[in-house]
Amino acid sequence: MPIITDTGFAPDDSPALVALDTLADEGEGVSLDLTLDADPEAVAPYFNRVDLIVIPFPGFGDGRGFSLARRLRALGYRGRLRAAGHVITDQYAFARFCGFDEVSISDEQAERQPEPLWLAAKEKAVPPFLKRKAVGWT
Amino acid sequence: MYRYDEFDHDYVRARVSEFRDQTQRRIDGALTEDEYKPLRLQNGLYLQLHAYMLRVAVPYGTLNSRQMRTLAMIAERWDEGYGHFTTRQNIQYNWTKLTDVGDILDALADVEMHAIQTSGNCIRNVTADHFAGAAADEIEDPRPTAELIRQWSTAHPEFGFLPRKFKVAVTGSPNDRAVTKAHDIGLRMLRDDAGEPGYEVIVGGGLGRTPMIGKVMRDFLPKDDLLPYLEAILRVYNLHGRRDNKYKARIKILVHETGIEEMRAQVEAEFERQMREEGGPLVAPDPEQVARITAYFAPPKFEALPDRSETLETATANDAALKAWVENNTAEHRAPGHAIVTVAIKGTSEAPGDATTAQMRALADLGERYSHDELRISHEQNVILPHVRKDDLPAIFSALRKAKLASANAGLITDIIACPGLDYCALATARSIPVAQDLSRRFAAPERARAIGNFTIKISGCINACGHHHVGHVGILGLEKSGIENYQITLGGDHTETMAVGERAGPGISAEEVGPAIERLVDAYLDARTDESERFIDTYRRLGADPFKQALYAA
Repeated sequence: MPIITDTGFAPDDSPALVALDTLADEGEGVSLDLTLDADPEAVAPYFNRVDLIVIPFPGFGDGRGFSLARRLRALGYRGRLRAAGHVITDQYAFARFCGFDEVSISDEQAERQPEPLWLAAKEKAVPPFLKRKAVGWT
Repeated sequence: MYRYDEFDHDYVRARVSEFRDQTQRRIDGALTEDEYKPLRLQNGLYLQLHAYMLRVAVPYGTLNSRQMRTLAMIAERWDEGYGHFTTRQNIQYNWTKLTDVGDILDALADVEMHAIQTSGNCIRNVTADHFAGAAADEIEDPRPTAELIRQWSTAHPEFGFLPRKFKVAVTGSPNDRAVTKAHDIGLRMLRDDAGEPGYEVIVGGGLGRTPMIGKVMRDFLPKDDLLPYLEAILRVYNLHGRRDNKYKARIKILVHETGIEEMRAQVEAEFERQMREEGGPLVAPDPEQVARITAYFAPPKFEALPDRSETLETATANDAALKAWVENNTAEHRAPGHAIVTVAIKGTSEAPGDATTAQMRALADLGERYSHDELRISHEQNVILPHVRKDDLPAIFSALRKAKLASANAGLITDIIACPGLDYCALATARSIPVAQDLSRRFAAPERARAIGNFTIKISGCINACGHHHVGHVGILGLEKSGIENYQITLGGDHTETMAVGERAGPGISAEEVGPAIERLVDAYLDARTDESERFIDTYRRLGADPFKQALYAA
């Protein structure tokens, strides 16, 4: 399951994921497995312990992750944010704009959408509204 | 009207390349059909029964003659010689081929047009009063607001994969010609007690299977807060809108199931969070851009004229047809001596809203010559010439007659709204166009239509209600029973600021029965009305549904 960033594919390096309800018991350097109905404010007190938050994309048509990511960034989260699941190349730039650092996809999808497509994906045209001025996106 | 800057130009071109690339990746197999579908939808390409339908965006229904000529050319070159104006102020081409779409999009980009986000689970074309900038009753032109929302919503990174489609409408007049209460978000421009400009924000209106009238979420939103507030609404919807059932996924359902009080609390909390966090809202309108947009909508320089036109008075004294057309198809303009013309794209026996290449060219010429080079598409599927001199009305009428566009029936019983229906649409359960054609033939005599007065018939070929039947004075809903088309009539709908959802009159009737039933209904109205100033909808409200239900089913 490749992890995709602006420099292309890399192997999955993340440690075991913990759930939000056990986060209080964990130490430093945690990887959090967030559900789509989670309240971002419930995560905020633990930001300094969390290195990576994984947000699921059960189907690429489910855009909840984009809003969750933005909320987490607006609350001050500065660790890694990963969109995991069915994200297609055409969504990569949106994901980056919303605050995701990386995307993880299945091996099957990686075969259909290999690395060169993902590298090209970050060149997606930025809409004029965002291009004309920075509006607090990044 | 708005003019693209280099960012806009670059972007529509880039979108065309992107679309070509997406289509190629589909052909190569990199994208499955499921993955390709939302991408092509967000480029306006919708698969219908016979062909790919391309829905071209006409932002807030406004276009110039050059753009109208391109729309005409596209119909001629890449379609079957006509285009269909829609209830969301767009234009649809029913017969495009996938292999031509890239070229069509290029031709559109040449004239600052596109088909971006006219379909798909995203924010769609922002519609506005089709008399914007011209109407005498207008407080403020809604189109700078509509353009700002358009820019903000185009390829918005967070809101491209919503639970469902999202439609916004703006009105700048207390007479709501933009159907704001039947939109996901409706914005009504007004001023507070101190005279400051702002919006009444209405959320959760919609037609379709579960028609609902939008509820006020905020009585007064200051202008500068518009984009952060819209972000708050969309974020709450994106996170909490239902995704388990396509027919329960619009924001109106979320408002209904959550309750407006709780919804408001969530939106206001999200709005306040934005204003607080990171030192300010995530999306603030750039004052420079807002000023630039507003400047583009400055009214044209109207000739100083007396309100009464001798030329027109003389002409109408000698031409009853012209007189009728002026009386019925023109509306009051803010500038003395001027008028707003409604060109009804509703010729007898044609599909409502369909205009041929020749007619589009005729309209382009008229817009250029007589209307400061501006035209509008209305949600009633008509074309508007917003800024004409009364002196020119006789010449315009004459030209419209030649183009077979001179029906003096705006707002009358033959100014029917109909969706494409079973003849074109994969979702339809019944045909709508033949019903519209039959009715327009039955009531074709101009004096009769004028005698009946303002009477809106709206026809939908399935419960998705794209023909807006719920808000017609008379709504006709085409269903299917044991393989046979079956039409339900609703009564008492209203698409204006006094919005009402029509009431079901009784069991469905066959296609052949619709015409006679409506004739009986009209006769009952003519018998019962106090005088000709009492419209059907007024008589209905005075007497209730019973006399009309009886008339419909009398045979």
